[in-house]
Amino acid sequence: MLSTYQYPKYDYVQPPEQKSGERKRHPVVVVGAGPVGLAAAIDLAQSGVPVVVLDDDDTVSVGSRGVCYAKRALEILDRIGAGDACVAKGVSWNVGRTFFREEEVYNFNLLPQPDHKRPGMVNLQQYYLEEFEVRRAQQLPKLDLRFRNKVVSVTSTAEGATLQVETPDGAYTIEADWLVVADGARSGIRKMMNLEIEGKVFTDRFLIADVVMKAEFPAERWFWFDPPFHPGHSVLLHRQADNVWRIDFQLGWQADPEEEKKPEKVIPRIKAMLGDEREFELEWVSVYTFQCRRMNDFRHGRLLFVGDVAHQVSPFGARGANSGIQDADNLGWKLKLVLDGLAPERLLDSYSEERIFAADENLLNSTRSTDFITPKSKASLTFRNAVLTLARDHAFARTLVNSGRLSVPCFLTKSRLNTPDTDAFAGDMIPGAPMDDAPLQEDGQDCWLLDRVGNRFMALVYVESAAAVDAAMTQAASTLAAAPIPVEVVLLAPTAGPPPAGLRVLEDVAGRFAERYDARPGTVYLLRPDQHVAGRWRAFDTARIEAALARATCNAQ
Amino acid sequence: MPLNLKPNFAEPGKRYFRAYTPGDDFYEALIETHRDLSDEQSALVNAKLVLLLSNHIGDLSVLREAMQIARQDV
Repeated sequence: MLSTYQYPKYDYVQPPEQKSGERKRHPVVVVGAGPVGLAAAIDLAQSGVPVVVLDDDDTVSVGSRGVCYAKRALEILDRIGAGDACVAKGVSWNVGRTFFREEEVYNFNLLPQPDHKRPGMVNLQQYYLEEFEVRRAQQLPKLDLRFRNKVVSVTSTAEGATLQVETPDGAYTIEADWLVVADGARSGIRKMMNLEIEGKVFTDRFLIADVVMKAEFPAERWFWFDPPFHPGHSVLLHRQADNVWRIDFQLGWQADPEEEKKPEKVIPRIKAMLGDEREFELEWVSVYTFQCRRMNDFRHGRLLFVGDVAHQVSPFGARGANSGIQDADNLGWKLKLVLDGLAPERLLDSYSEERIFAADENLLNSTRSTDFITPKSKASLTFRNAVLTLARDHAFARTLVNSGRLSVPCFLTKSRLNTPDTDAFAGDMIPGAPMDDAPLQEDGQDCWLLDRVGNRFMALVYVESAAAVDAAMTQAASTLAAAPIPVEVVLLAPTAGPPPAGLRVLEDVAGRFAERYDARPGTVYLLRPDQHVAGRWRAFDTARIEAALARATCNAQ
Repeated sequence: MPLNLKPNFAEPGKRYFRAYTPGDDFYEALIETHRDLSDEQSALVNAKLVLLLSNHIGDLSVLREAMQIARQDV
């Protein structure tokens, strides 16, 4: 169907309980093997939780859907073992340019700071992301990925959920202690449960054309307001893998989607943009509209909603799949602690609270972008064009140009899992912050901070020299490591030196950690398994770390 | 003081993690001020806004500079 991509066809295997006729109860069932459901399942399975994933299809996402995967999503994909494949196949970029009519008026760099492992953004067709996640999922013995298993009904109780599932061999019943619902924007489960998702539909239509062409354009995001080749509307150009280019034309609400999809209509639009001489081949064409909305609660008893089923945003800003992957990141460790009996169920309410806080930020930013890109009144259009006119010469107006505020992680400043600061710190790494990366060394080998943290609670202790660590701290570290919810204490030092017994030392070779985390000898950061800051202090104190850990896991009295 | 053309939006007491947020906060409030107005009503609101803000700025040299930039290329 596509000239550049062959859809994989995954084998259907009859589920064991359908074969045996024995009803089985699983700790976690995930519905939907899209990028978010798979991320959640992989995260749980690699932490030792057995997971069943049900998907009604036997291949990856068809056609042109998600494109841009942001730095934070890539870092999460790194943590679940799928990041390298995505970055290797995708097109990395940091610079976006915005044009008004014929002139460039504004450009931005998503990653103005050096020394981060991942770029601001990678463009990659969604089917590749899913394929790489399926590959990772199939490496995990705890993960049972079932294709052509369609959920047809769901019953929710206080202790779990019971699902009726249809396969090519007929129907069977499966029970779950916890159900992770990741079946997308048109979720069947949400409908079966009669749960509302509220928001608004935007009255505009957009044409997606994916074209295959050899072009020397740089790997940048180009956005036009009112260009000569598509007057009165906006156009967006992105480079994807395999020399596929995504062109997104705003059409207006009056456009006829069926008519606009016809090659005889699409090809002249593209020729007007690229010039008559450039050769290209149409790979995919579709017309879309979008909605901005979210569910009121992402947890309903034993049902946990992640990704598009829970929230949908306008595509300007790439805040859809990226925020869904962050949902999975937020949920995995909490669900594991609850399943292991190490945290109360209300820890999962914090999943809903934190991700609703993030969803609202995404909705706010993507709605603002949409309002700027497609003004709804004459006054709004006049202001928009005034901003674009002033932007050429004046810095203040450039900050107002909004062609999409691209996905960045939310600072969970209001979370009740945070331990508020009692000591003074500069910079942004406040409790609730998604961690900044930094280049480090361990045992003389280069490494990245974000590759060395996550999947467990950790206390990073910044010291002048590893040799200066006394026996009391070594003792405290082993106490914290032996607790029911272990905290691994790791030292960070400007220069390594011989590590004290049993402690790892990360060397802040470039001084970036000290700079980004405002670290001084004695500074301690308590980190969540999802690479967020839980608390921080200017001196190491076991009791304060334990109290912050209890708070971050809803175990505080 | 000459006319400030650098980004200058901020709300006292509010912490920003992204450079674009204060400007976007302002822009949303501006567009919201015009919601559901006719073109004529919007023009009147804009005129009142210019007068209010001009009085607040007060310094005629600054206002003249802004008027001159605003009129360019129109």
